[in-house]
Amino acid sequence: MPSIDIAKLVEPDRVHRLAYTSQEIFDIEVENIFEKIWVYCGHESQVKNPGDYHTLQIGRQPMVMVRGKDRQVRVLYNRCPHRGVELCGNQRGNTGSNFVCSYHAWSFHLDGKLEAIPLMKGYDGTRLTRDNPDCDMKSAARVDSYRGFVFASLSNAGPTLSEFLGEARIAFDDMCDRSPAGEVEVVPVCHRVIQHSNWKFFMENQLDALHPSVTHQSTGVAAGVIEKEIAAKTGHAPLHYHYLSAFATPFDKWDTVQTINFPRGHGILKAYMGLRPQDPDTKAYERLMEKAYGKEKMEEYLSRSIHHVLVYPYLSVQSPLQQLRCLRPLGPNKTLSEIWHFRLKGAPEAIYRRSLWYFNLVNSPATMINADDLENWTKGQWGLESKGGDWVSFHRDYGRDTIENGVTYSNKGTSEAVMRSQFQAWTKYMQGSL
Amino acid sequence: MATKKKVAVTKPAAKKASTKKTVPTKAAATPRAAAKRVERALLGGVTLLASETQGRTGAQAIAPDHSPRAKPAAVRAPRSVSAPAKSAAGLKERVEQFLFRQSELLDNKHWQDYIDLFTEDGVYWMPALPEQTEWEGTASIFAEDKMLMQVRMGRVTHPNAWSQAPMWATNHLVGNIVIEKETAKEVVVRSRFHMMELRRDSVRHFGGTYRHTLVKKGSGFRIRLQRVDLFNGQAAYDYVLQIWV
Repeated sequence: MPSIDIAKLVEPDRVHRLAYTSQEIFDIEVENIFEKIWVYCGHESQVKNPGDYHTLQIGRQPMVMVRGKDRQVRVLYNRCPHRGVELCGNQRGNTGSNFVCSYHAWSFHLDGKLEAIPLMKGYDGTRLTRDNPDCDMKSAARVDSYRGFVFASLSNAGPTLSEFLGEARIAFDDMCDRSPAGEVEVVPVCHRVIQHSNWKFFMENQLDALHPSVTHQSTGVAAGVIEKEIAAKTGHAPLHYHYLSAFATPFDKWDTVQTINFPRGHGILKAYMGLRPQDPDTKAYERLMEKAYGKEKMEEYLSRSIHHVLVYPYLSVQSPLQQLRCLRPLGPNKTLSEIWHFRLKGAPEAIYRRSLWYFNLVNSPATMINADDLENWTKGQWGLESKGGDWVSFHRDYGRDTIENGVTYSNKGTSEAVMRSQFQAWTKYMQGSL
Repeated sequence: MATKKKVAVTKPAAKKASTKKTVPTKAAATPRAAAKRVERALLGGVTLLASETQGRTGAQAIAPDHSPRAKPAAVRAPRSVSAPAKSAAGLKERVEQFLFRQSELLDNKHWQDYIDLFTEDGVYWMPALPEQTEWEGTASIFAEDKMLMQVRMGRVTHPNAWSQAPMWATNHLVGNIVIEKETAKEVVVRSRFHMMELRRDSVRHFGGTYRHTLVKKGSGFRIRLQRVDLFNGQAAYDYVLQIWV
């Protein structure tokens, strides 16, 4: 039994700092959340050919996503059943037609089934026989995908992927619907950045509309200056300056952006960047979209007001710009983020390049935005590890959100409805009731 | 325009934590109807315009005179390394001096002087992968023309660049200089670098290859393209890179 009473950590309008700092709490999170729920593994296009693999961590488990000879994508424990050695020592690659252990050459088919053991006769008369499932690589309990995005759950119990995603599946619909082919393809560059903070800092920050003009003022103002300079010279500055300058918008404007918060902690920050300019590139793209889907659907797909969608508690999907950030929590004060972007199949190159600017300027390891976020989260973690106070405040606009069918619509962009909603889900997960 | 009045940060009167819901919850609808409600909510939205960023925003709207950063130290390193005494110095020596000067400008935080090393169409590019060949249209770590470099400089010199508040400095070493190609107008130079970066009390190491496409200008050079291949470019980053390497 945990020595910490979860129920006492979370109040409707504030949360105890231990939720961010305690190793014991983190251990329960791994067990009750990350090693149970549906966790994003990768996109099918990361493993195009049989034998292509990609390693990843689910909770504390080393896993490998692999394409089989039957074209099926599987998620297996990256572990030899003989003496436990990890089978894939690299992040990604092609393993050929089988996995072979580097220790004693046990080999396995791409579906994880045992292929061969050297000198098999050595096992004659023992209880280890070829048909013993203990000789196979263990598979994740459940693997499923949605529109090409592969998820695995290490538990047989719990909601289906579709139930887990709920309304947050719009993240993947919104991304794929923007392709005239209805599909995206991964760009094989994965930036990985370590956050020296609890994973909750990132998840809260993603939908926190009060912080941008404070945290990112330096970049927003600097970009605004150059944006105006270019506009004065050429009449129009490229959209990517606006990606940055918009961050410095004053508080009261940010308050007009709405968040939508779902029962499992998922959420949406509505759009604010105005990503549908009427330049020739956009018009050419719209014609392709109209040809593929008809005018009405094209309008529906391109006018959804989404900045990004959170799949709680570890994924932030920026669907209109085809990028995502996936968290792999490593400890109470350490989180790995994996940053990917995608191409819309069948869309013009200019549309890819427009999104790419966001990836390069905001999501790269030389980001002019997250540099200041990471600074906040590190200092935030240190502050919460101190004895300077026990509570984290989420009082802003408490009691002033609109709740319909269990969905919380913030009436103010800066409402801390986001954090309140996330912690409601967190409490249920931690108590084993979600 | 944000005013103090509008954005005053006041905590709501301490409420007794209660489960009281002050906004009515409508009766449960069918899942389809609930989904429709979300769809409706996603129609329309706002666009925050750059023109609204004029004037004070963020923390400066609250405290215009607040400065989170220490003033730069009064004594600073020399502004530049002098050019080789003899203009007759050989190409190799002039290129070396140029690369050393570049390191000095970066390590001494002379950002504008560093930007000025570039031609008007100059580009600073750090590809994500060694096999990439074009700075435009590829996923990069840095992909900056001079205007974007100006933005980066504006960021780190802004008083509220919070991540610049901690002690921060770099130290570059450049060596293994090889002249790949020389034409009447250009020189292509490959070199190796090692950059140590101090931030708070930690030191990080970055190493890799520079490939400069230099345009001849008098006895000196301007950078048309500085390609930087970090050998640890796709390893996990402990924090990020704030400025050019």
